[in-house]
Amino acid sequence: MFIHTIAKPNAGKERKMASKYSNITVKGFRRENGRVGVRNHVLILPVDDISNAACEAVANNVKGTMAIPHAYGRLQFGEDLEVHFRTMIGTGSNANVHSVVVIGIEPDWTKRIADGIRETGKEVAEFSIEQKGDFETIRAASWAAKDFVHKATEVQREECSISELWVSTKCGESDTTTGLGSCPTVGNMYDKLLPEGITGFFGETSEITGAEHICQKRAINEEVGERWYKMWKAYQDDVIFAHQTDDLSDSQPTKGNILGGLTTIEEKALGNLEKIGRTSQYIDILDPAEQPNSGKGLYFMDSSSAAAECVTLMAAGGAVIHTFPTGQGNVVGNPIVPVIKITANPRTVRTMGEHIDVDVSGILRRDQTIDEAGDALIDMIRRTANGRNTAAEALGHREFSMTKLYRSA
Amino acid sequence: MSNIPHLLVHDHEDNVGVVVVEGLTAGTEMFCCVTHDNSTFTLTAGADVPIGHKIALKDLKDGDTAVKYGEDIGKIIADIPKGGHVHTHNCKTKRW
Repeated sequence: MFIHTIAKPNAGKERKMASKYSNITVKGFRRENGRVGVRNHVLILPVDDISNAACEAVANNVKGTMAIPHAYGRLQFGEDLEVHFRTMIGTGSNANVHSVVVIGIEPDWTKRIADGIRETGKEVAEFSIEQKGDFETIRAASWAAKDFVHKATEVQREECSISELWVSTKCGESDTTTGLGSCPTVGNMYDKLLPEGITGFFGETSEITGAEHICQKRAINEEVGERWYKMWKAYQDDVIFAHQTDDLSDSQPTKGNILGGLTTIEEKALGNLEKIGRTSQYIDILDPAEQPNSGKGLYFMDSSSAAAECVTLMAAGGAVIHTFPTGQGNVVGNPIVPVIKITANPRTVRTMGEHIDVDVSGILRRDQTIDEAGDALIDMIRRTANGRNTAAEALGHREFSMTKLYRSA
Repeated sequence: MSNIPHLLVHDHEDNVGVVVVEGLTAGTEMFCCVTHDNSTFTLTAGADVPIGHKIALKDLKDGDTAVKYGEDIGKIIADIPKGGHVHTHNCKTKRW
Protein backbone atom coordinates (compact mmCIF):
# COMPACT_ATOMS: atom_id res chain seq x y z
CA MET A 1 0.00 0.00 0.00
CA PHE A 2 2.89 2.38 -0.64
CA ILE A 3 0.93 4.36 -3.18
CA HIS A 4 0.84 8.02 -2.40
CA THR A 5 -1.37 10.55 -4.03
CA ILE A 6 -0.90 14.20 -4.61
CA ALA A 7 -3.51 14.84 -1.96
CA LYS A 8 -3.77 18.34 -0.63
CA PRO A 9 -3.64 19.21 3.05
CA ASN A 10 -7.01 19.83 4.68
CA ALA A 11 -7.07 23.60 4.56
CA GLY A 12 -3.61 24.41 3.34
CA LYS A 13 -4.55 26.26 0.19
CA GLU A 14 -7.48 28.29 1.33
CA ARG A 15 -6.10 29.22 4.73
CA LYS A 16 -8.81 31.12 6.52
CA MET A 17 -8.45 34.19 8.67
CA ALA A 18 -6.65 33.56 11.92
CA SER A 19 -8.93 31.82 14.42
CA LYS A 20 -8.69 31.92 18.18
CA TYR A 21 -6.61 28.74 17.90
CA SER A 22 -4.00 30.20 15.53
CA ASN A 23 -1.91 31.89 18.19
CA ILE A 24 -1.73 29.06 20.72
CA THR A 25 1.89 28.27 21.46
CA VAL A 26 3.50 25.43 23.38
CA LYS A 27 6.96 24.92 24.85
CA GLY A 28 8.32 21.96 22.92
CA PHE A 29 11.59 20.34 21.94
CA ARG A 30 12.57 21.19 18.38
CA ARG A 31 14.54 18.30 16.88
CA GLU A 32 17.29 18.22 14.28
CA ASN A 33 14.78 17.46 11.50
CA GLY A 34 12.49 20.35 12.49
CA ARG A 35 9.83 18.22 14.15
CA VAL A 36 8.45 19.26 17.54
CA GLY A 37 8.39 16.89 20.50
CA VAL A 38 6.76 17.36 23.89
CA ARG A 39 8.88 14.89 25.89
CA ASN A 40 12.65 14.37 25.92
CA HIS A 41 13.24 10.65 26.37
CA VAL A 42 16.56 8.81 26.17
CA LEU A 43 15.50 5.36 24.93
CA ILE A 44 17.21 2.01 25.36
CA LEU A 45 15.66 0.13 22.46
CA PRO A 46 15.90 -3.65 22.03
CA VAL A 47 15.98 -4.90 18.44
CA ASP A 48 14.59 -8.25 19.57
CA ASP A 49 13.05 -10.01 22.57
CA ILE A 50 16.30 -11.59 23.74
CA SER A 51 17.96 -8.17 24.08
CA ASN A 52 15.36 -6.96 26.57
CA ALA A 53 17.43 -7.98 29.60
CA ALA A 54 20.50 -6.01 28.50
CA CYS A 55 18.35 -2.95 27.76
CA GLU A 56 16.64 -3.12 31.13
CA ALA A 57 20.03 -3.43 32.84
CA VAL A 58 21.31 -0.30 31.07
CA ALA A 59 18.15 1.61 32.03
CA ASN A 60 18.68 0.49 35.60
CA ASN A 61 22.31 1.66 35.55
CA VAL A 62 21.58 5.09 34.06
CA LYS A 63 18.75 7.14 35.56
CA GLY A 64 16.73 9.25 33.16
CA THR A 65 16.68 6.57 30.48
CA MET A 66 13.87 4.22 29.57
CA ALA A 67 14.05 0.68 28.18
CA ILE A 68 11.17 -0.46 25.96
CA PRO A 69 11.09 -4.26 26.22
CA HIS A 70 8.89 -6.08 23.71
CA ALA A 71 8.07 -9.59 22.57
CA TYR A 72 9.36 -9.95 19.00
CA GLY A 73 12.14 -9.40 16.48
CA ARG A 74 13.45 -12.88 15.64
CA LEU A 75 12.68 -14.90 12.48
CA GLN A 76 10.08 -12.49 11.20
CA PHE A 77 9.85 -12.10 7.41
CA GLY A 78 8.01 -10.28 4.66
CA GLU A 79 5.53 -7.55 5.51
CA ASP A 80 5.50 -8.69 9.16
CA LEU A 81 9.24 -7.92 9.36
CA GLU A 82 8.68 -4.56 7.65
CA VAL A 83 6.11 -3.65 10.30
CA HIS A 84 8.66 -4.62 12.96
CA PHE A 85 11.38 -2.41 11.45
CA ARG A 86 8.97 0.50 10.90
CA THR A 87 7.80 0.25 14.51
CA MET A 88 11.33 0.16 15.93
CA ILE A 89 12.72 2.89 13.67
CA GLY A 90 9.58 5.01 14.05
CA THR A 91 9.65 4.75 17.84
CA GLY A 92 13.27 5.85 17.97
CA SER A 93 12.63 8.60 15.42
CA ASN A 94 9.66 10.08 17.31
CA ALA A 95 10.19 13.74 18.19
CA ASN A 96 9.49 12.96 21.85
CA VAL A 97 12.79 11.05 21.85
CA HIS A 98 16.10 12.90 22.32
CA SER A 99 18.52 10.04 21.60
CA VAL A 100 18.57 6.26 21.42
CA VAL A 101 20.75 3.34 22.50
CA VAL A 102 19.90 0.37 20.26
CA ILE A 103 20.83 -3.15 21.44
CA GLY A 104 20.31 -6.33 19.41
CA ILE A 105 21.61 -9.87 19.49
CA GLU A 106 23.51 -9.52 16.17
CA PRO A 107 24.93 -6.46 14.36
CA ASP A 108 23.06 -6.41 11.03
CA TRP A 109 19.45 -5.75 12.06
CA THR A 110 20.78 -3.62 14.93
CA LYS A 111 22.56 -1.40 12.41
CA ARG A 112 19.50 -1.27 10.16
CA ILE A 113 17.38 0.09 13.01
CA ALA A 114 20.07 2.45 14.31
CA ASP A 115 20.70 3.86 10.81
CA GLY A 116 16.95 4.31 10.26
CA ILE A 117 16.73 6.41 13.41
CA ARG A 118 19.91 8.36 12.50
CA GLU A 119 18.13 9.73 9.41
CA THR A 120 16.30 12.12 11.77
CA GLY A 121 19.67 13.61 12.77
CA LYS A 122 19.43 12.52 16.39
CA GLU A 123 22.23 10.72 18.22
CA VAL A 124 22.10 6.93 18.18
CA ALA A 125 24.54 4.39 19.66
CA GLU A 126 24.29 0.72 18.68
CA PHE A 127 25.51 -2.43 20.39
CA SER A 128 25.20 -6.12 19.60
CA ILE A 129 25.54 -8.91 22.11
CA GLU A 130 27.04 -11.86 20.18
CA GLN A 131 30.75 -12.45 20.87
CA LYS A 132 30.57 -10.03 23.81
CA GLY A 133 27.83 -11.22 26.15
CA ASP A 134 25.45 -9.17 28.25
CA PHE A 135 28.10 -7.84 30.70
CA GLU A 136 30.35 -6.21 28.12
CA THR A 137 27.38 -4.93 26.10
CA ILE A 138 25.74 -3.43 29.17
CA ARG A 139 29.01 -1.79 30.23
CA ALA A 140 29.59 -0.12 26.85
CA ALA A 141 25.93 0.81 26.33
CA SER A 142 25.72 2.33 29.82
CA TRP A 143 28.53 4.77 29.00
CA ALA A 144 26.69 5.85 25.83
CA ALA A 145 23.40 6.15 27.70
CA LYS A 146 24.99 8.30 30.41
CA ASP A 147 26.43 10.63 27.78
CA PHE A 148 22.99 10.97 26.16
CA VAL A 149 21.34 11.77 29.51
CA HIS A 150 23.78 14.62 30.14
CA LYS A 151 23.05 16.03 26.68
CA ALA A 152 19.27 15.52 26.91
CA THR A 153 19.01 17.24 30.27
CA GLU A 154 20.69 20.37 28.90
CA VAL A 155 18.20 20.78 26.04
CA GLN A 156 15.73 23.61 26.69
CA ARG A 157 12.09 23.77 25.64
CA GLU A 158 11.35 26.48 23.11
CA GLU A 159 8.23 28.22 21.89
CA CYS A 160 6.48 26.38 19.06
CA SER A 161 3.07 26.76 17.43
CA ILE A 162 0.37 24.28 18.43
CA SER A 163 0.02 23.68 14.68
CA GLU A 164 3.38 21.88 14.72
CA LEU A 165 2.04 19.05 16.88
CA TRP A 166 1.21 15.62 15.49
CA VAL A 167 -1.84 14.40 17.40
CA SER A 168 -3.31 10.89 17.16
CA THR A 169 -6.56 9.39 18.42
CA LYS A 170 -7.99 6.00 19.20
CA CYS A 171 -10.75 5.22 21.70
CA GLY A 172 -10.94 2.29 24.11
CA GLU A 173 -13.34 0.49 26.42
CA SER A 174 -15.95 2.40 24.48
CA ASP A 175 -19.57 2.52 25.50
CA THR A 176 -22.52 4.57 24.32
CA THR A 177 -21.20 7.65 26.12
CA THR A 178 -18.11 7.74 23.91
CA GLY A 179 -20.30 8.27 20.83
CA LEU A 180 -22.32 10.91 22.69
CA GLY A 181 -19.50 12.82 24.36
CA SER A 182 -15.81 11.94 24.37
CA CYS A 183 -15.44 10.98 20.68
CA PRO A 184 -17.27 14.11 19.42
CA THR A 185 -14.97 16.11 21.74
CA VAL A 186 -11.94 14.75 19.88
CA GLY A 187 -13.74 15.37 16.57
CA ASN A 188 -14.36 18.98 17.55
CA MET A 189 -10.67 19.37 18.41
CA TYR A 190 -9.67 18.03 14.96
CA ASP A 191 -12.22 20.28 13.21
CA LYS A 192 -10.57 23.26 14.94
CA LEU A 193 -6.85 22.30 14.84
CA LEU A 194 -6.49 20.50 11.46
CA PRO A 195 -7.24 23.79 9.62
CA GLU A 196 -4.46 25.35 11.73
CA GLY A 197 -2.01 22.85 10.28
CA ILE A 198 -1.62 20.01 12.78
CA THR A 199 -1.08 16.47 11.54
CA GLY A 200 -3.64 13.93 12.79
CA PHE A 201 -3.98 10.16 12.87
CA PHE A 202 -7.00 7.91 13.30
CA GLY A 203 -7.43 4.23 12.43
CA GLU A 204 -8.84 1.00 13.95
CA THR A 205 -9.65 -0.79 10.70
CA SER A 206 -12.03 -3.50 12.00
CA GLU A 207 -13.87 -1.00 14.14
CA ILE A 208 -15.13 1.02 11.18
CA THR A 209 -17.30 -1.97 10.22
CA GLY A 210 -20.86 -0.67 10.02
CA ALA A 211 -19.73 2.88 9.27
CA GLU A 212 -17.48 2.11 6.29
CA HIS A 213 -19.90 3.86 3.90
CA ILE A 214 -19.48 7.05 5.94
CA CYS A 215 -15.72 6.69 6.42
CA GLN A 216 -15.11 6.20 2.70
CA LYS A 217 -16.90 9.50 2.00
CA ARG A 218 -14.71 11.36 4.49
CA ALA A 219 -11.67 10.99 2.23
CA ILE A 220 -10.32 14.15 0.58
CA ASN A 221 -11.21 12.70 -2.84
CA GLU A 222 -12.67 9.59 -4.46
CA GLU A 223 -9.31 8.00 -5.21
CA VAL A 224 -8.25 8.10 -1.55
CA GLY A 225 -11.72 6.89 -0.51
CA GLU A 226 -11.48 3.92 -2.86
CA ARG A 227 -8.04 2.99 -1.57
CA TRP A 228 -9.40 3.25 1.98
CA TYR A 229 -12.31 0.94 1.12
CA LYS A 230 -10.00 -1.66 -0.49
CA MET A 231 -7.82 -1.66 2.63
CA TRP A 232 -10.85 -2.08 4.91
CA LYS A 233 -12.36 -4.82 2.70
CA ALA A 234 -9.05 -6.70 2.55
CA TYR A 235 -9.01 -6.88 6.34
CA GLN A 236 -12.59 -8.18 6.38
CA ASP A 237 -11.90 -10.85 3.76
CA ASP A 238 -8.31 -11.89 4.52
CA VAL A 239 -8.36 -11.74 8.30
CA ILE A 240 -11.85 -11.72 9.81
CA PHE A 241 -13.66 -14.07 7.41
CA ALA A 242 -10.55 -16.26 7.11
CA HIS A 243 -10.10 -16.75 10.85
CA GLN A 244 -13.46 -16.25 12.53
CA THR A 245 -14.86 -19.16 14.49
CA ASP A 246 -18.08 -17.41 15.44
CA ASP A 247 -19.75 -14.10 14.67
CA LEU A 248 -17.06 -12.17 16.58
CA SER A 249 -19.69 -11.04 19.05
CA ASP A 250 -17.37 -12.08 21.90
CA SER A 251 -14.58 -9.84 20.60
CA GLN A 252 -15.94 -6.90 18.67
CA PRO A 253 -17.76 -5.33 20.51
CA THR A 254 -15.71 -6.43 23.52
CA LYS A 255 -17.19 -7.70 26.75
CA GLY A 256 -16.44 -4.29 28.27
CA ASN A 257 -18.21 -2.52 25.42
CA ILE A 258 -21.28 -4.72 25.93
CA LEU A 259 -21.32 -4.07 29.68
CA GLY A 260 -21.28 -0.39 28.81
CA GLY A 261 -24.34 -0.75 26.62
CA LEU A 262 -22.92 -1.13 23.11
CA THR A 263 -24.78 -3.93 21.34
CA THR A 264 -23.33 -4.28 17.82
CA ILE A 265 -20.19 -3.46 15.84
CA GLU A 266 -22.26 -1.05 13.72
CA GLU A 267 -23.21 0.95 16.80
CA LYS A 268 -19.62 0.93 18.03
CA ALA A 269 -18.27 2.00 14.63
CA LEU A 270 -20.63 4.95 14.31
CA GLY A 271 -19.56 6.20 17.74
CA ASN A 272 -15.90 5.62 16.92
CA LEU A 273 -16.10 7.71 13.75
CA GLU A 274 -17.33 10.71 15.76
CA LYS A 275 -13.61 11.21 16.50
CA ILE A 276 -13.07 12.87 13.11
CA GLY A 277 -15.70 15.49 13.73
CA ARG A 278 -18.02 17.11 11.23
CA THR A 279 -15.71 18.63 8.64
CA SER A 280 -12.35 16.86 8.82
CA GLN A 281 -11.27 14.77 5.82
CA TYR A 282 -8.37 12.33 5.64
CA ILE A 283 -5.77 12.99 2.98
CA ASP A 284 -4.03 9.62 2.80
CA ILE A 285 -3.84 6.08 4.18
CA LEU A 286 -0.86 4.73 6.10
CA ASP A 287 0.35 1.18 6.57
CA PRO A 288 0.88 0.14 10.22
CA ALA A 289 3.63 2.35 11.75
CA GLU A 290 4.19 4.21 8.47
CA GLN A 291 5.22 7.86 8.69
CA PRO A 292 3.02 10.38 6.85
CA ASN A 293 4.56 11.98 3.78
CA SER A 294 1.66 13.69 2.03
CA GLY A 295 1.88 16.92 4.00
CA LYS A 296 -0.11 18.28 6.92
CA GLY A 297 -3.58 16.92 7.53
CA LEU A 298 -5.45 13.88 8.80
CA TYR A 299 -4.31 10.32 8.03
CA PHE A 300 -6.02 6.94 8.44
CA MET A 301 -3.55 4.33 9.70
CA ASP A 302 -4.40 0.67 9.03
CA SER A 303 -4.31 -0.58 12.62
CA SER A 304 -5.82 -2.83 15.23
CA SER A 305 -8.41 -1.53 17.69
CA ALA A 306 -6.48 -3.07 20.60
CA ALA A 307 -5.44 0.02 22.55
CA ALA A 308 -1.75 -0.59 23.20
CA GLU A 309 -1.09 -1.96 19.70
CA CYS A 310 -2.80 0.99 18.04
CA VAL A 311 -1.16 3.71 20.17
CA THR A 312 2.24 2.03 19.65
CA LEU A 313 1.77 2.10 15.85
CA MET A 314 0.64 5.73 15.81
CA ALA A 315 3.58 6.75 18.03
CA ALA A 316 5.88 5.00 15.55
CA GLY A 317 4.13 6.97 12.80
CA GLY A 318 5.25 10.14 14.55
CA ALA A 319 2.37 11.25 16.80
CA VAL A 320 3.66 13.14 19.86
CA ILE A 321 0.36 13.40 21.76
CA HIS A 322 -2.46 10.85 21.80
CA THR A 323 -6.08 11.74 22.61
CA PHE A 324 -7.93 8.75 24.02
CA PRO A 325 -11.70 8.82 24.57
CA THR A 326 -12.93 6.11 26.92
CA GLY A 327 -16.30 5.11 28.26
CA GLN A 328 -15.88 2.23 30.69
CA GLY A 329 -12.32 3.28 31.53
CA ASN A 330 -9.38 1.94 29.51
CA VAL A 331 -6.18 2.62 31.49
CA VAL A 332 -3.65 2.39 28.61
CA GLY A 333 -0.54 4.55 28.32
CA ASN A 334 2.53 4.61 26.09
CA PRO A 335 6.25 4.82 26.94
CA ILE A 336 7.05 7.80 24.70
CA VAL A 337 3.74 9.53 23.95
CA PRO A 338 1.52 11.16 26.58
CA VAL A 339 -1.98 9.67 26.33
CA ILE A 340 -4.75 12.12 27.28
CA LYS A 341 -7.85 10.32 28.58
CA ILE A 342 -11.25 11.85 27.97
CA THR A 343 -14.52 10.48 29.30
CA ALA A 344 -18.15 11.56 29.28
CA ASN A 345 -19.28 8.71 31.52
CA PRO A 346 -20.06 10.11 35.01
CA ARG A 347 -19.75 6.65 36.58
CA THR A 348 -16.21 6.27 35.19
CA VAL A 349 -15.31 9.75 36.48
CA ARG A 350 -16.61 8.65 39.89
CA THR A 351 -15.03 5.18 40.03
CA MET A 352 -11.80 5.65 37.96
CA GLY A 353 -11.06 9.33 38.32
CA GLU A 354 -7.32 8.83 38.69
CA HIS A 355 -7.17 7.81 35.01
CA ILE A 356 -9.09 10.76 33.55
CA ASP A 357 -7.48 13.96 32.25
CA VAL A 358 -10.52 15.62 30.69
CA ASP A 359 -13.99 15.11 32.22
CA VAL A 360 -16.67 15.92 29.64
CA SER A 361 -19.57 14.29 31.50
CA GLY A 362 -21.27 17.71 31.40
CA ILE A 363 -22.19 16.83 27.80
CA LEU A 364 -24.54 14.10 29.07
CA ARG A 365 -26.11 16.51 31.59
CA ARG A 366 -26.47 19.03 28.75
CA ASP A 367 -24.60 21.65 30.75
CA GLN A 368 -21.51 21.49 28.48
CA THR A 369 -21.58 21.80 24.68
CA ILE A 370 -19.37 19.78 22.33
CA ASP A 371 -17.75 23.09 21.36
CA GLU A 372 -16.83 23.81 24.99
CA ALA A 373 -15.58 20.25 25.47
CA GLY A 374 -13.42 20.56 22.34
CA ASP A 375 -11.89 23.75 23.73
CA ALA A 376 -11.22 22.01 27.06
CA LEU A 377 -9.39 19.22 25.19
CA ILE A 378 -7.34 21.73 23.17
CA ASP A 379 -6.33 23.39 26.42
CA MET A 380 -5.29 20.01 27.86
CA ILE A 381 -3.25 19.32 24.69
CA ARG A 382 -1.53 22.68 25.21
CA ARG A 383 -0.79 21.95 28.86
CA THR A 384 0.38 18.41 28.11
CA ALA A 385 2.68 19.71 25.38
CA ASN A 386 4.08 22.21 27.89
CA GLY A 387 5.03 19.35 30.17
CA ARG A 388 2.02 18.45 32.32
CA ASN A 389 2.18 14.71 32.94
CA THR A 390 -0.99 12.87 31.94
CA ALA A 391 -2.80 10.49 34.27
CA ALA A 392 -1.30 7.54 32.36
CA GLU A 393 2.21 8.96 32.77
CA ALA A 394 1.73 9.64 36.47
CA LEU A 395 0.41 6.10 36.98
CA GLY A 396 3.32 4.53 35.09
CA HIS A 397 1.33 3.13 32.16
CA ARG A 398 3.94 2.41 29.48
CA GLU A 399 2.27 -0.26 27.37
CA PHE A 400 4.31 -0.96 24.24
CA SER A 401 2.77 -3.67 22.05
CA MET A 402 4.15 -4.69 18.69
CA THR A 403 1.71 -5.54 15.91
CA LYS A 404 2.34 -9.04 14.54
CA LEU A 405 0.81 -9.88 11.15
CA TYR A 406 1.48 -13.67 11.17
CA ARG A 407 3.64 -16.39 12.77
CA SER A 408 7.40 -16.03 12.60
CA ALA A 409 9.38 -18.50 10.50
CA MET B 1 -30.93 23.08 29.98
CA SER B 2 -32.49 23.27 33.40
CA ASN B 3 -33.40 19.61 33.80
CA ILE B 4 -30.77 16.88 33.66
CA PRO B 5 -31.92 14.36 31.04
CA HIS B 6 -32.33 10.65 31.79
CA LEU B 7 -32.12 9.62 28.15
CA LEU B 8 -30.28 11.07 25.15
CA VAL B 9 -31.22 10.40 21.53
CA HIS B 10 -28.76 11.27 18.74
CA ASP B 11 -31.15 11.86 15.86
CA HIS B 12 -34.89 12.27 15.17
CA GLU B 13 -34.84 9.16 12.95
CA ASP B 14 -33.56 7.00 15.82
CA ASN B 15 -35.78 4.37 17.45
CA VAL B 16 -33.50 3.85 20.46
CA GLY B 17 -32.05 6.22 23.05
CA VAL B 18 -29.24 5.96 25.64
CA VAL B 19 -29.71 6.06 29.42
CA VAL B 20 -27.26 8.67 30.79
CA VAL B 21 -28.00 8.49 34.54
CA GLU B 22 -27.07 5.80 37.06
CA GLY B 23 -29.74 3.75 38.84
CA LEU B 24 -32.66 4.27 36.44
CA THR B 25 -35.66 2.22 37.63
CA ALA B 26 -38.72 0.88 35.82
CA GLY B 27 -41.60 3.32 35.85
CA THR B 28 -39.43 6.44 35.86
CA GLU B 29 -40.91 9.23 33.78
CA MET B 30 -37.77 9.97 31.79
CA PHE B 31 -36.85 13.43 30.60
CA CYS B 32 -35.40 12.81 27.12
CA CYS B 33 -33.35 15.03 24.83
CA VAL B 34 -32.51 14.74 21.14
CA THR B 35 -28.91 15.98 20.94
CA HIS B 36 -29.24 16.98 17.27
CA ASP B 37 -31.40 20.02 18.15
CA ASN B 38 -31.88 19.80 21.94
CA SER B 39 -35.62 19.12 21.51
CA THR B 40 -37.15 17.24 24.46
CA PHE B 41 -39.87 14.70 25.21
CA THR B 42 -40.85 12.32 28.00
CA LEU B 43 -41.00 8.52 28.03
CA THR B 44 -41.69 5.97 30.76
CA ALA B 45 -38.87 3.47 31.42
CA GLY B 46 -40.18 -0.09 31.10
CA ALA B 47 -37.33 -1.74 33.01
CA ASP B 48 -34.39 -1.04 35.33
CA VAL B 49 -31.77 -0.06 32.74
CA PRO B 50 -28.08 0.63 33.56
CA ILE B 51 -26.32 3.80 32.48
CA GLY B 52 -25.14 3.57 28.86
CA HIS B 53 -27.72 0.98 27.85
CA LYS B 54 -30.47 1.60 25.31
CA ILE B 55 -34.24 1.98 25.56
CA ALA B 56 -36.76 1.55 22.72
CA LEU B 57 -38.49 4.81 21.80
CA LYS B 58 -41.42 2.91 20.25
CA ASP B 59 -42.69 -0.67 20.00
CA LEU B 60 -40.09 -2.64 18.02
CA LYS B 61 -40.88 -5.96 16.30
CA ASP B 62 -38.74 -8.99 15.55
CA GLY B 63 -37.09 -8.25 12.18
CA ASP B 64 -37.12 -4.45 12.55
CA THR B 65 -33.93 -2.44 12.15
CA ALA B 66 -32.49 -0.64 15.16
CA VAL B 67 -31.66 2.96 14.20
CA LYS B 68 -29.18 5.19 16.06
CA TYR B 69 -27.19 8.18 14.72
CA GLY B 70 -29.86 8.00 11.99
CA GLU B 71 -28.10 4.81 10.82
CA ASP B 72 -28.71 1.05 10.83
CA ILE B 73 -27.05 -0.47 13.93
CA GLY B 74 -28.45 -4.01 13.65
CA LYS B 75 -31.57 -6.17 13.59
CA ILE B 76 -34.17 -6.56 16.30
CA ILE B 77 -34.52 -10.32 17.07
CA ALA B 78 -37.36 -10.23 19.64
CA ASP B 79 -40.34 -7.92 20.14
CA ILE B 80 -39.49 -4.99 22.43
CA PRO B 81 -42.20 -2.76 23.92
CA LYS B 82 -41.80 1.02 23.92
CA GLY B 83 -39.65 1.91 26.96
CA GLY B 84 -38.03 -1.56 27.01
CA HIS B 85 -34.33 -2.43 27.36
CA VAL B 86 -32.59 -2.94 23.98
CA HIS B 87 -29.37 -4.96 24.10
CA THR B 88 -27.66 -8.18 22.99
CA HIS B 89 -30.64 -10.33 24.08
CA ASN B 90 -32.95 -8.70 21.52
CA CYS B 91 -30.71 -6.91 19.01
CA LYS B 92 -27.90 -8.32 16.86
CA THR B 93 -25.34 -7.21 14.27
CA LYS B 94 -26.14 -7.69 10.60
CA ARG B 95 -22.43 -7.90 9.79
CA TRP B 96 -20.65 -10.91 11.29
